[in-house]
Amino acid sequence: MKRFAAVLAGALVAGLAFSATAAEKPTLTVYTYASFTSDWGPGPAIKQAFEAECDCRLDFVGLDTSAGILNRLRLEGARARADVVLGLDNNTMAEARDSGLLAPHRVDLGRLALPIAWDDDVFVPFDYGWFAFVYDRTRLAKPPASLAELVAGDASEKILIEDPRTSTPGLGLLLWMRKVYGDGAADAWARLKPRILTVTKGWSEAYGMFLDGEAPLVLSYTTSPAYHAIVEKDERFAAALFAEGHYMQVEVAAMTAGAKQPELARRFLAFVVSPGFQNAIPTGNWMYPVTDIPGGLPDAFAALPRPERTLLIAPGVIAAKRKQWIGDWLEAMSR
Amino acid sequence: MSLRPALLPGALTLGALALVVGGALAALLAAAPPGVATGIRDDAYLGRVVAFTFWQAGLSALLAVGLAVPVARALARRSAFPGREALLRLFGLPLVIPVIVAVLGVVAVYGQNGLVNRALAAAGVATGPYLYGLAGILIAHVFFNMPLATRFLLYAWQAVPGESWRLASQFGMSSAQIFRLIEWPVLRQAIPGVAGLVFLLCFTSFAVVLTLGGGPAATIIEVAIYQALRLDFDLARAVTLALLQLALCAAFVAFGQRFAQPAPSAPTERRAVDRPDLDALAGRIADAAVILAATLYVALPLAAVLYRGLTGPVTRVLGDPTLWQAAARSLSVALSAGLIALVLGWCLLMTSRELRLRMYRKRLAEAVEWGGSLVLVVSPIVLGAGLFVLLLPLADVFEVGLGLVVAVNAVMGLPYVVRLLGPPLMRLAEHHDRLCASLGVAGWNRLRLIDWPALRRPAALAFAVAATLAMGDLGAIALFGTRETATLPLLLYRRMGSYRLDEAAVTALFLVMLCLLLFFVVERGMGGRGER
Repeated sequence: MKRFAAVLAGALVAGLAFSATAAEKPTLTVYTYASFTSDWGPGPAIKQAFEAECDCRLDFVGLDTSAGILNRLRLEGARARADVVLGLDNNTMAEARDSGLLAPHRVDLGRLALPIAWDDDVFVPFDYGWFAFVYDRTRLAKPPASLAELVAGDASEKILIEDPRTSTPGLGLLLWMRKVYGDGAADAWARLKPRILTVTKGWSEAYGMFLDGEAPLVLSYTTSPAYHAIVEKDERFAAALFAEGHYMQVEVAAMTAGAKQPELARRFLAFVVSPGFQNAIPTGNWMYPVTDIPGGLPDAFAALPRPERTLLIAPGVIAAKRKQWIGDWLEAMSR
Repeated sequence: MSLRPALLPGALTLGALALVVGGALAALLAAAPPGVATGIRDDAYLGRVVAFTFWQAGLSALLAVGLAVPVARALARRSAFPGREALLRLFGLPLVIPVIVAVLGVVAVYGQNGLVNRALAAAGVATGPYLYGLAGILIAHVFFNMPLATRFLLYAWQAVPGESWRLASQFGMSSAQIFRLIEWPVLRQAIPGVAGLVFLLCFTSFAVVLTLGGGPAATIIEVAIYQALRLDFDLARAVTLALLQLALCAAFVAFGQRFAQPAPSAPTERRAVDRPDLDALAGRIADAAVILAATLYVALPLAAVLYRGLTGPVTRVLGDPTLWQAAARSLSVALSAGLIALVLGWCLLMTSRELRLRMYRKRLAEAVEWGGSLVLVVSPIVLGAGLFVLLLPLADVFEVGLGLVVAVNAVMGLPYVVRLLGPPLMRLAEHHDRLCASLGVAGWNRLRLIDWPALRRPAALAFAVAATLAMGDLGAIALFGTRETATLPLLLYRRMGSYRLDEAAVTALFLVMLCLLLFFVVERGMGGRGER
């Protein structure tokens, strides 16, 4: 009994001491989406690398989706717990900026090697990629070579896409079609409709169904085949390159206006464009890093074909028009 | 009306529920930034959405319960074939596995590249895509809800007193006569409640409808709520739609309740008597065919989940300590939520029993029971966001995150507890109230001596269902966001989101096995071996 009491007391003291040292270190809280901070995402490596140099604690808070981050930020308003948000993208940037909840980063972005010019004062890009239709080479000999071919193609050759109301790639395709077809987008959707097997809630459902052989084409990213090549040593998968070009997603980070650790937050944003962060991106988030990384990209990444043209719609236009475009999409798809 | 103490538990429970839901909605409205509110304007779209929501939920409930009646009847008639217990346990599974896993299981059987299509192709029959659209929604909803409805209805059969069967055999009743005179009156009492519950479940079945619905023509109100809250950040519209959904369901439930025809029950000898129509060969064959068909329908998608899990990287996933930490976390969430649901459900039922049997206020009693169930259709994302805003100034939401998950899941489990525990509780009261009154057995003694021994089996089932439901929860946990507190479903979902579909399949199998184990332990440990 005595020994038990002694052990208990010892544990208590040790626990108190531990929490005391933990409390002494400042904590940086970063909101991100769940797959970023999961054990298979880039989060753990980034946490380790940053904590090694900042003498602080980095706390990732994983929210369900990218849309969930902005939502959480707005729900919290001035009470925001986050110092940094990580995982918004070019398609939600304008709304995030207009919320007034974010602050300028003041980071030198000279190191960026993005395919597009970037001089935003609030958002620091951390990775990018292009939306694309991925297919299995052994099952589809002749993939569509353009969006036009996809739209006009054989209706018995099905595609799996995600819903723009609930999924980032889904919204990406909506904007892609809008960029290529302009006001004719609704008609193009109506022509594409017979080819669509189903419209899933999220990327996971669509991709899982694709891997199960439900449809030969799925809306994903040009970088998806690299996952299969590197992790599964499986070279079957490829992304169909479209002549019109591909819509791009740039994922961004920003610090909150109410950050409790503003210095640390800025330091983290500078870290975002450094090798310690960027190294973890290709085989962690399966996207392209925004800077050149030491040693270069993994072979499977370097071997991926890149779209010749990058398509983008200005964030401000998206913020103003998205609701109407989704309405048009609903109308065209429900016809 | 004098204030009776037995009215208190239910009133407190309902009051607490109303306070939480009302508080959450009000908090969300208060948080709406000025100027963005559009409320409900685009009526044409919304009208279509409401119509489709009713249509698919109504059809799903009709099919699930319609099919459950013959299955439950066959199972009630054949009360002792080998594997019956295992089959009933299997029937508890579809509802508790995470929706995304079940959907992939359904796709593996009925999809383009599914078992059925491949079998048809091998037989030389060409088929087109048939799954995606209303058919897919119905197939999945029947898969989720028919087994549950079967288990509920089976209780109705078990309530038929032995004396009825003795009479049936004395009169030489045929199977059809038995159905009309003995079984139908019991069913009529049970069906509205079960169908109502299935309807409510299908009303908000977001992921199934989107993924198998084929396109945005299949949109339910919950999707519109998601869009308003998450994409457009139009909180006023989100709350308005959530209230609309609640009001529509309340109206529908009130309407459905008019068809409920309670049959009074009287004390019986409680001796098991075999029904007289068991020996006919045609009946035997028909029962076997029905049971076999239902088993195949439920087991095939589950077998696909099993197969995927077993052929995945089993040792790698099982060797991962985070899996076991998540399992421990999931178990504690499940047990706490299940226990709270059971206690709250019991509270509601104490009050509704008082109202129904001792004060003869039947409608009020039903309102109390359904009051607990309507929480099911308070949009979980609105409830979650509202609770978040409500708690924001009061507590560290991340510290209490898991507690919130328990609370939300306890409330979501409440309707099952009410449906499973309600009928036997009422019957027991009808049988024993007078005896207890004359002997002066009340309060704790009555619970210990009279209620518990008779109710421990349904109570165990209710607890097991509520607990396993909480174990499979993804909605609440994903919403509140966590630091490092992943539960099993969240772990599974994260693996899927990082291309690790093979590992996700193993995780899914592990989760299913854990649910089965929990079900088994609770039903055996808490329910005892029982008399039936």
